[in-house]
Amino acid sequence: MAQHQVRYLQDGGLPVLLTTADKILQWGRSNSLWALTYGLACCAIEMMASGASRYDFDRFGTIFRASPRQADLMIVAGTLTKKHAEFIRRLYDQMAEPKWVISMGSCANTGGMFNTYATVQGVDRVIPVDIYLPGCAPRPETLQYAVMMLQKQIRRESAFQKLKPKRLV
Amino acid sequence: MKTPRREYPNRLEPFFENLVFDRDDNTMVINFGPQHPSAHGQLRLILELDGEQIVKAVPDIGYLHRGMEKMAENMIYNEFLPTTDRMDYIAATSNNYGFALAVEKLLGIEAPRRAQIIRTMLLELNRIISHLFWLATHALDVGAMSIFLYCFREREFAMDLMEDYCGARLTHSAVRIGGVPLDLPDGWIEKLAHYINKLPKDIEDYEGLLDQNRIWKMRLEDVGVIPPEMAETWGCSGPTLRGSGIPWDIRKEEPYELYDELDFDVPVTDSCDSYGRYKLYMQEMRESIKILKQLIPMYKESDPQIMAHAPQYISAPKEDIMTQNYSLMQHFVLVTQGMRPPVGEVYVATESPKGELGFYINSQGGPYPYRLKVRAPSFWHTSILQELLVGHYIADVVTIIGNLNIVFGEIDR
Repeated sequence: MAQHQVRYLQDGGLPVLLTTADKILQWGRSNSLWALTYGLACCAIEMMASGASRYDFDRFGTIFRASPRQADLMIVAGTLTKKHAEFIRRLYDQMAEPKWVISMGSCANTGGMFNTYATVQGVDRVIPVDIYLPGCAPRPETLQYAVMMLQKQIRRESAFQKLKPKRLV
Repeated sequence: MKTPRREYPNRLEPFFENLVFDRDDNTMVINFGPQHPSAHGQLRLILELDGEQIVKAVPDIGYLHRGMEKMAENMIYNEFLPTTDRMDYIAATSNNYGFALAVEKLLGIEAPRRAQIIRTMLLELNRIISHLFWLATHALDVGAMSIFLYCFREREFAMDLMEDYCGARLTHSAVRIGGVPLDLPDGWIEKLAHYINKLPKDIEDYEGLLDQNRIWKMRLEDVGVIPPEMAETWGCSGPTLRGSGIPWDIRKEEPYELYDELDFDVPVTDSCDSYGRYKLYMQEMRESIKILKQLIPMYKESDPQIMAHAPQYISAPKEDIMTQNYSLMQHFVLVTQGMRPPVGEVYVATESPKGELGFYINSQGGPYPYRLKVRAPSFWHTSILQELLVGHYIADVVTIIGNLNIVFGEIDR
C-alpha cells in the first residue's frame, strides 16, 4: 500500500466537501439571527426602533424572541447594574449554542458615563461579548451595522469547530 | 433553603430583602421580570396567584439604579444636564427642561423669549413622541402589532425634527441652563408645520383601528380602575391622575414657560379605567398639536436672543467669546470651574408627559449641588401596582403595566 494514501473518512474528514457545507450552514446561521429582547435602558428604545417600521430588522432575518431558548443572539441594550448582573448570566447560560452577544451602547461596553457604585463597568465582565457597539445611544443604523459585522464574523467561522469557551474580560 | 454553591464561589446570589410571603394556602407565587418583554424595562413583580387571580403583588425596583442623584453631587451643573437625558429616556427634553428650570430658579434668571418658545416647542414635540411611544408599546403588549408599526412610523418623523434641531435622536440635551444653545435651523418651522398638519389624521387612524376594536375594548375596559381617592392617596400625577377625573395639570396650576399665554385644554376622563386613559392620551396629543400651532407665529415675531444674559453664570454668545477677551476668560472659568449658584434650595415641578417631574436642588454656594433629588412620576405609578393589581387576572398585568406608562430610567435613576 502506498505511504501517501489519504484516508478521507478518518483523518479529518473530506476537506473540500465540508468547507462548502460549512459555508452553507454558517450562511444560514448568519441570516437567521434571532435576538433575545434584552432591553435594559435607553438603548432598548433604539433597539425597538430598529425593529419597527422605518429600519425594519426583519430584512436581516433578525426577529426578537422573548425566550432565551429560541434565541441565537443577545443584544445587551443598556446599563447593566450589579443587581441585575446575576440574571443576565443566567439568561445567557439558558441560550442554546451557538450563541453570540452584541454589547450595545457605552453603558454595556464599559459602564459609560455611569461610573458609580451600582453599575457593572462593562457587560463583558459577566458574559463574553462578540461585538462592541459604541454610542450613547447608538442609532438604529449602527445596530444594524453591528449585526452585519457579526454576520460576516459568523460566515468566517467553522460550523463544526469544537465550541471553545469564550473569554471573559 | 439556601444551598451552598462551593463549585461557583464567585457566583452572585440574588437577595430579596423585605419580601416575605406567607404561604399557608393554595396560592402560587410567580416571578414576573426583571427581564420580561412587557415589563417596560426592568420591573420585577412578585405575584401571588389564586388560580389566575392575583391576591398579592409586590413590585421590586432597583434593577436600573445607576446612582444618578449621587453622581450629581460630584458634577458641575452643566455637566449633569446630559445625565438627565437618561432618566426618562423617552422624553429627554422634559427632563433637561425640568433640571434647567430648577437651576434657573436657583440662579434667579429667566430665559429670553425666543428660547422659551423653542423650549416649549421641543417640550410639546417630545410629549407627542412620548405618547406615540406609549401607544405603540401598549398596543404591542396587548396584541395589536400593526399599531406598533404605525406609531413608530409617525414617531420617526418627530424624531427627525428633533434630530434636525439638536443632532440626537434620543438623548437631546437640547435645553440648556439659561436658554437653548441654537436657534431653529432654516426650514425647521415649515417641517414642523407639515408634521403637525399631518398628525391629526394619523391619530384618527389609530383611533379608527382601536376605539371600537372588540379585543382592545375587552382588554382595556374596566381593567386597572383607579378611583380618584386611590389616585390621590398614592401620589399619582399626569394622565394617570387626570384619568381618574381630577383635573390637575401643572401647566395650568402653576404655569411655567409660556403656558399661561397659550390656549389649551386639559383633557379629563371620569371612567378611571385603562380605556379612559387611552382616550386621554390621544386627546393630549391633539392638545400638544394645538399648542405647537400657536407657537409657530409666536416664534416668527420674537427677538433672536436665545441665551439669558447673566455673565456670572452663563457664558456669553459665541461671537463675543471669539472677539472679546473678557468674555473668553469668563467662559473659561465657567467651563472649568462651573457656575456657583447662591446658597439656597429649590423645588420646581414641571408637567412631563408622564406626570409631575420635580427637581429639588440644595445648593451650598459651591459649584456642585449639595443634594439633588428627582421626583419622578413613574416611581409613584409603580407603587400603585401593589394595590391596583390585586383582584385582576394575570393577563391584565401586562395591560396595566403598559397603561401606567412607567419608564425605569426615572424610577430607579
